[in-house]
Amino acid sequence: MSTMKATRQAFGEALARLGESRKDVVVLDADLAVSTKSELFAKKFPDRFFEMGIQEANMLGTAAGLALAGKVPFACSFACFITGRYDQIRLSVAYSEANVRIVGTHAGVAVGDDGYSQQGLEDIALMRVLPGMAVIQPADDVETEAVVQYLADHQGPVFLRLTRQNVERIHAEDYVFRFGKVETLRGGEDAVIFATGAQVSHALRAAERLEADGLSVRVVNVHTIKPLDVEGVVEAARACGGKVITAEDHSVIGGLGSAVAEVLGEHFPSKMLRIGLRDVFGESGSPDDLYRKHGLDAEGIARQVRDFLR
Amino acid sequence: MHPVSPGTPRADAARIAELEEIARRMRVDIIEMLEKAGSGHPGGSLSAIDMVTALYFQVLRHDPKNPARPDRDRFVLSKGHGVPAVYACMAEAGYVSREELATLRKLGSRLQGHPVTSFVLAPGVEACTGSLGQGLSVAQGMALASKLDGDAFRVYCMLGDGEMQEGQVWEALMSAPKFRLDNLVAILDYNKAQIDGFTRDVMDLEPLEEKLCAFNWHVVRIDGHDIGAFLRAIEEAHGTKGKPTFVIADTVKGKGVSFMEGQVGWHGVAPKREEAQRAIEELKG
Repeated sequence: MSTMKATRQAFGEALARLGESRKDVVVLDADLAVSTKSELFAKKFPDRFFEMGIQEANMLGTAAGLALAGKVPFACSFACFITGRYDQIRLSVAYSEANVRIVGTHAGVAVGDDGYSQQGLEDIALMRVLPGMAVIQPADDVETEAVVQYLADHQGPVFLRLTRQNVERIHAEDYVFRFGKVETLRGGEDAVIFATGAQVSHALRAAERLEADGLSVRVVNVHTIKPLDVEGVVEAARACGGKVITAEDHSVIGGLGSAVAEVLGEHFPSKMLRIGLRDVFGESGSPDDLYRKHGLDAEGIARQVRDFLR
Repeated sequence: MHPVSPGTPRADAARIAELEEIARRMRVDIIEMLEKAGSGHPGGSLSAIDMVTALYFQVLRHDPKNPARPDRDRFVLSKGHGVPAVYACMAEAGYVSREELATLRKLGSRLQGHPVTSFVLAPGVEACTGSLGQGLSVAQGMALASKLDGDAFRVYCMLGDGEMQEGQVWEALMSAPKFRLDNLVAILDYNKAQIDGFTRDVMDLEPLEEKLCAFNWHVVRIDGHDIGAFLRAIEEAHGTKGKPTFVIADTVKGKGVSFMEGQVGWHGVAPKREEAQRAIEELKG
């Protein structure tokens, strides 16, 4: 069994390490430091950690002010709560070109039992539409660590989307993160699955199952949803005969599926299947049951790809 | 460092008279700017201009020749629609040319209808504002950064009374005392009117002093058109340790132009040419 770790956990550990070398890094949280794992930074660097209480709007504006005065703030909460304060992100952060890292944990239905109110399912769509806002979702703990290092020097606002649940490690420890580039994890030419976040490991498992059926399916990790790697997406679609699948624990409206469809619609019209939440709310349940229900686990992805290619 | 401002609230009577004279000229510039633009907010620009002038040319440590220097004082105009008051002072201080004022609200202008910090950097356009209620949080973040850097600079934030109705303002009012931000001054341009009517009818703020004291701010109440009183309030803020200061400045919407004073209708309507001429004649006395 390979290593399993939540990307929020990897984030907290990486952030606490980054704090040692970078004195300009500051962290804010809105009474969820225990859950987002920003508490690991808070314990080590209490002077550079700001507990904002349950005031997400105020936290975002404060982070913008810190950034405009030269700091590198990471503002943390659940993805749904932090991107829900949209007006503050739109004006104080994005339009001000403030160097804020907006960190949204508890992505998707995999939050599980707590139900829809805690599940970030629209955040990629909301952040993607803002000019200059980068959107990054790492696939495992190794990639998360690399992304946090990268974010120390990235210029401009960023939304970083992380999981509550453990995800399978798919990268070697010497992995190099390349912002704005897709990563091909598995070759194939009958179809390509573009996956992001927790769906990447499930897509890899799905590709293994499909191979047993005689289908050769490429798997591409889209860690940077914005700016999307247009060339990389088109190249993979072309190599796979224009048979394209996207997989994300997010609404298919406005998320990775939309982003890929927009690019291919302009550059290489393809037949597409978008796997994700299809215009429905989340609900309570175990993460496994929810992934089964929405076809987001390996078996569900494989089944839908088989039907799609039939 | 500061060719346009002494960088201290201490001013004698002669200096206060000079500041009053600058403010009078700034009023003329505001009227001319808005008339040329054909839209904008005269009421809240004229109610704020005495205090904006005092900040720009007396209180703030800033340098138009080096607008980005890290230790400059910060001024966030949370009531972004009052930005013509800031643009007038920016031209007077040399951040932009007087000719550029005529480009206000025109395509390609750095002088947008509301402050945009990435287009031109100067006190008053330190953050993008215009969606009300956001500026005090941004100012708080700047004040926290200043504390981390050993009290490198002070932060001033001007709010409108209408925007005090926004929930986010009260979040920041709760948090700034928690962080003991004695380098932060909030200034309320309390002109008592907003788009839909008088503030007391739309959504009353009173009793305001009691609320702010209960939130653990040091509260000072002054006449916002009395520059001497405003400077004394800022000096009092500088002397107040361990908590932020909130200056409630009672003002008159459209102050200085008789037919605009106290009129809700002059919130967001630019004067036409003939109205502008009458206003300027009055201001030039």
